[in-house]
Order: sequence, then C-alpha cells, then structure tokens
Amino acid sequence: MKEKILVRLNNFFKKIVITALIFIIPFSVFSEEKKIDLIETNWSFEGIFGTFDRSSLQRGYQVYQEVCSGCHSVKHLSYRNLLEKGGPQFSVEEAKAIASQFEVEDGPNNDGEMFMRSARLSDNFVKPYPNIEASTFANGGAYPPDMSVLAKARTGGANYIYSLLMGYEEAPAGFDLDDGVYYNKYMPGNKIKMSEPIIDGIVEYSDGTETTKAQIARDITTFLVWASEPHLESQHRMGFKAIIYLIILITLVYMSKNKVWSRFNSKKEDEDETFDKVEKAITEYEGEDPKTFK
Amino acid sequence: MSEEKYIPKSKLAQWFDSRLPILSLAHHLQAYPTPKNLNYWWTFGGILTFCLITQIVTGLVLAMHYVAHVDHAFESIEHIMRNVNYGWLIRYVHANGASMFFLAVYIHIFRSLYYGSYKSPREVIWIIGLLIYILMMATAFMGYVLPWGQMSFWGATVITNLFTAIPFVGESITTWLWGGYAVDNPTLNRFYSLHYLLPFLIFGLVILHIWALHVPGNNNPIGIDVKKNSNETMPFHPYMVMKDIFALLLFITVFLWFVFFAPNVLGHPDNYIEANPLVTPSHIVPEWYLLPFYAILRAIPSKLGGVIFMFAAIFILMLLPWLDTSKVRSAIFRPIYKKLFWVLVFTVILLGYLGAKPPEGIYLILSRLGTAYYFIHFLILLPILGRYEKTDPLPMSISDPVLDKPGVLDKVKKAASQYEGENFGSFK
Repeated sequence: MKEKILVRLNNFFKKIVITALIFIIPFSVFSEEKKIDLIETNWSFEGIFGTFDRSSLQRGYQVYQEVCSGCHSVKHLSYRNLLEKGGPQFSVEEAKAIASQFEVEDGPNNDGEMFMRSARLSDNFVKPYPNIEASTFANGGAYPPDMSVLAKARTGGANYIYSLLMGYEEAPAGFDLDDGVYYNKYMPGNKIKMSEPIIDGIVEYSDGTETTKAQIARDITTFLVWASEPHLESQHRMGFKAIIYLIILITLVYMSKNKVWSRFNSKKEDEDETFDKVEKAITEYEGEDPKTFK
Repeated sequence: MSEEKYIPKSKLAQWFDSRLPILSLAHHLQAYPTPKNLNYWWTFGGILTFCLITQIVTGLVLAMHYVAHVDHAFESIEHIMRNVNYGWLIRYVHANGASMFFLAVYIHIFRSLYYGSYKSPREVIWIIGLLIYILMMATAFMGYVLPWGQMSFWGATVITNLFTAIPFVGESITTWLWGGYAVDNPTLNRFYSLHYLLPFLIFGLVILHIWALHVPGNNNPIGIDVKKNSNETMPFHPYMVMKDIFALLLFITVFLWFVFFAPNVLGHPDNYIEANPLVTPSHIVPEWYLLPFYAILRAIPSKLGGVIFMFAAIFILMLLPWLDTSKVRSAIFRPIYKKLFWVLVFTVILLGYLGAKPPEGIYLILSRLGTAYYFIHFLILLPILGRYEKTDPLPMSISDPVLDKPGVLDKVKKAASQYEGENFGSFK
C-alpha cells in the first residue's frame, strides 16, 4: 500500500516535469522566431566602460534640431545639458548661442502681462506644440512622442530606434495602407504614421562627416540615448569603481571571516586534544572497567 | 533561551539596565547561540534587513523630491533622474532594490520550505514572515504606481478592478479605494501615503519576526534541535555576523551590477511612457515578482474565482505548518519531499514565465496545470506524504556529521581499542 502510493507519486511528478518540458521548449523557440530581429550595431555607450562619442552627440543634436524638432519635443532636456560633462559638451558660448535661437514665454511682468524672451541655458528645450492635443491635431491624429526618455521607453532601446529609422520599405503586395500611413519593417504592426524622416544628405555636417542615411540615423540615436540617460557616463564610471572596491572589500572580509572562524575551529582542535587526553587516561587505567567512561 | 544572566560591569550601567534592559538586549543579540552548521542559505535574513533599510533610506530621499500629482509625478521622476545630485543613483537603487528585496525574500522562503523551518516550534515566525511578504507585495505594487507611467496606471487599474469581483459591495469598495470613479489623482495620493506607511509596519513586523526567532532559536540544515550552550552553537557575534557580512557583500555586488549596468532590465519599457487613460498597452504585466500570482489569477475562467485562487495561493502558506504532517524538518532526510520541493520550485518559476505571456492557447493550459499542481502540492501531496514517506534515519546531533570526519572518530576508536577484549561499540 505504502510503496504503491509512493511509486504513483513518483511517476506523477515525473510525468508533470516531462510534459511541461515537452510543451515549453518548442513554444519558447516558436515565440522567439516570431520576433523580427533588430539591426544589431555596436554602440560606443554600451558595456561597462561605455562613453558617448562627443562629435556624434553634437551631430545628433543638429539632426534633432533640423529634422525631428518640427514635430517631436524633448521637454526634459534643458539647454545647459548641452554643455554638461558626459553630454555633447558644447562650449558655453555655443550652448548660449543655441539657446538664444529660441523664444520662450515668461512672466507675468509688473504689468501682469506674459511676454516672450529669448531662451537661456536654464530653460528646457522649447516644444514644437504647446500641448499633446495640438501636436496630435497637427500630425493627422498621431501624437509624435516626446523623445526625452524614448530610448528607455521602447523594447530594444537604441537598436530599436536605429532599426526603425532604417526600416522604411515598400509595403509588400496585398498589405493595406491608408493615406498618410507608411510601411516599416520594425514597427509593431508594420504601420507607422511618421513618413521616412531620414534620407541621405538630409542634413549637412560641418565637420565633413558623410551624410549617409546610416550615419545620420546613428548620430540621432546616440543623441536620443544620451537625452534619456544624461548621466550614463558617470553611472558607468561609478559602477566600475564600486565593483572594484567591492571585490577588494570582499576579499578582505573573507579573510577576516576565516580568521575569526578559525577561533571556533581551534576550539574543535581542543576537542581533539581532549580525545588524546582520554586516550592517555584510558591507557593508564589498565584493568579498569571501561564502562565507567562515557 | 537558557542564557547566563547578563550583568553590566559598571554601577551606572547596572542602574540603567535594571530600569531599561537595553544593554541586556544588546548582549543577548551578541551572544545569541546559533547552530554552527548554518549554511549560506541562512544569510538571507540579514540580507533582507539590509534591503529593507536601503529601501527606507533611499525612499526617504526620493520623497523629498517626488510630487504625488498626476500632472507632475512623471516629470518629478525625470527631475530626480536629471537635476537632483545623484538622483539617478538613488532612484535606481530604490527601483532595483525592490527587485533585489523580492529575490532575497523568495530565496529565504524557499530555504524555509526546503529545511522545514516553518514546523513546530517555529509556526509563529513563519506566519509573521508571510505577513511581511504580503505587506511587501502591497508596498511594491503601490510604489510601482508612483512614477505614473503607462504600466503604473494600467497595473493599478487592473489590480484595483479585482475588488469589483466581490459580490454586492465590489463596486462600492472599488470606488472607495480609488477615491473616485477611476484611477486618478486621489488614487495616486493615497497610494503614496500608504507606500510611505507600510515599510514602517514591515519594520515592526521584522522586529516581531526576529523576536519570535530568538525564542526557539534557529533551525539548521540537519533540522534537529541543537543543544544550547554546547559546542553545537556559536555566538551570533562575531561568527555569524562575519559570515552574514561576507554574503551581504556578494549580494550587494549583484545588486550594484544591476544598478549601474542594467538599471532598467527588470522594469518594463512602457513605464517610461507617461500614463494615458485613453491608450491601453498591448500587454499589461506586473513586475516580475508578482507574475506567478498574476498567472494564477488569469488561469481561472471567472473573475471572482481568479481573485479567490490568487489570494488563496498566498494564504494557503499560512496553513503550511499544519498541512505538512511530517515530523522530520529537513528535506535532506525526506527523499520524496526533496523531489516535490524541486517540482514546486519549477512550477512557481513556470507560473512566473506564464504570467508574462498572454493568457491564450498553450500558455493558458499550462497556467491551469501549474495552478492546479500548486494547490495539489500543499493540499494533497504534503498531508499524504507526512503519513507515508519513509524518511532517512536522523543523526543524534548536528555534531555527528562533524564527528564522522576521518581522524576524530578514529582517535576515539583507537583509544577504545586499547581496552583489550572490550567491545568499543558501546562507546558513543
């Protein structure tokens, strides 16, 4: 009776494990096949030593300004970020010049009136539309998302943004597209309301870098990753230091722990000595009844 | 606790200690006898205390900069990330700290399951621990709502909507929870208030948890009672403290690796999109640590049934000390329970995986099988097993395995063998 139940139990969960594995393995493989692989590129900001390519960031800002900023805001960036360490690191003059190109509303002044003035370093990036509704209305019912944290708000991050920019194609035959909707290989559902934003030569770089589509997409992606994580470089630097510090500390603590524990272990050696003493005592008591020893 | 009575050395300290025995308490904590055979799975209690304190301290700083308002919450998080000095570090520690807290608590709970730490006389420790776990889930859920991203909003909507399943009063209760007719500013405000309160309740329960632990003392991998104040125990300080610190530092290394090099992998990208009540994300998923329960919730075809089973999955653990009828604590001596334990671990991880998948097709079937097995494990297998399982013989003391080491026992035998003609089998 007992054995029977045990054998049944044993078989029961063996079956469960086996069926579960049989079901899961093909399905996890299957579900991964469905995903379209993003274009994998090497980014300088990846990995534990990753830093941004300064000139790529500066070009990326230019692309944002000339191509994206007509529709997309980056409301969480401010002009001073452009000169801060770990960013595009424009000079103070350059950053001030950039800010002064824009007008912001300020006030109220002493007469109670709102007024326009040119932007300062402390101002946030000026938005193309005053609110989401205006922006949605102006763009055919699709809100061009704010790009401040876009690189963190999409699965795949930098690779996704880069792939999307490179992923405009002719729609395959039989694929229904409404007016003002475009086909993109990497957009979930393949339908996107943004027309192809980046083409060869859409900007002109002053540093002589080639203005191929791939290069421009690369620069704007780098800029957007920085915009969503402006402290990425100090994060990597501090992380590296912290890990090194911990490795040293762990080694020291491990040695101290062993040292401390050896005190207890040496007590155990005392026990060994006790056994030796017992042994000695026993041998001395020849003829003594050993049962008295315990 | 059969400890020697502690008497402070100086007259002043004696005067004070007789009025408030805080020095005695400190001495008790230092001298608290712990079994010498505790392995590294026992270091997670200390690690969890560290996690709680880290969450409270970082949370305190975040609360100085966070704005609990639907129009400003998301923005204030970005303000913390960009403009507050080391704000990104504090927020990433807090956000990943929650995940690390749950990682540690799951290891802690499964350790207890493996070594039978929930059994007599430690049932109260176990139940207080589960209360802490439940409060942790509530706190984490409400904390995830605060950044007011898409997953915050829709997660809150899904979870609070569960209460509408309660017959008759469900709708009114949900309206009362929301403070309105949908998840909105009043909801965010009360979640913030409760998210600040609950950690202190957890802290209080942790003190009770440790207090309850110090009455019977630690369980140990062998699972048999140790003799207090013998060579089977060692004082908590410095031995266990050193071991705990070593393990804690290893844990912190993993923790910080996430904070500095992969701070967002454990979160959902959608939570970097500001909450929008008009746009529903394609898949609403909770944080990873709640996924097994989410899978159970969706496995049941009726809403009320799902809610009942989800809560039952947690509360059934409260009955575990009485559902598991075996007198043997440690799985080391329970060959069948040991296998069942790993099947349970597998089932829970499977349910977690399924919780992240859409509830359709094979995923739904597997969720149902997993849910069924989860309850069968606790309600049927464990009670039967205690009656029929043939357990391995238990050692006489936790020192036995130590004595088994070559050399020590040999010496005794050698000593005994010098007794001519005497049967040394009588030596123990």
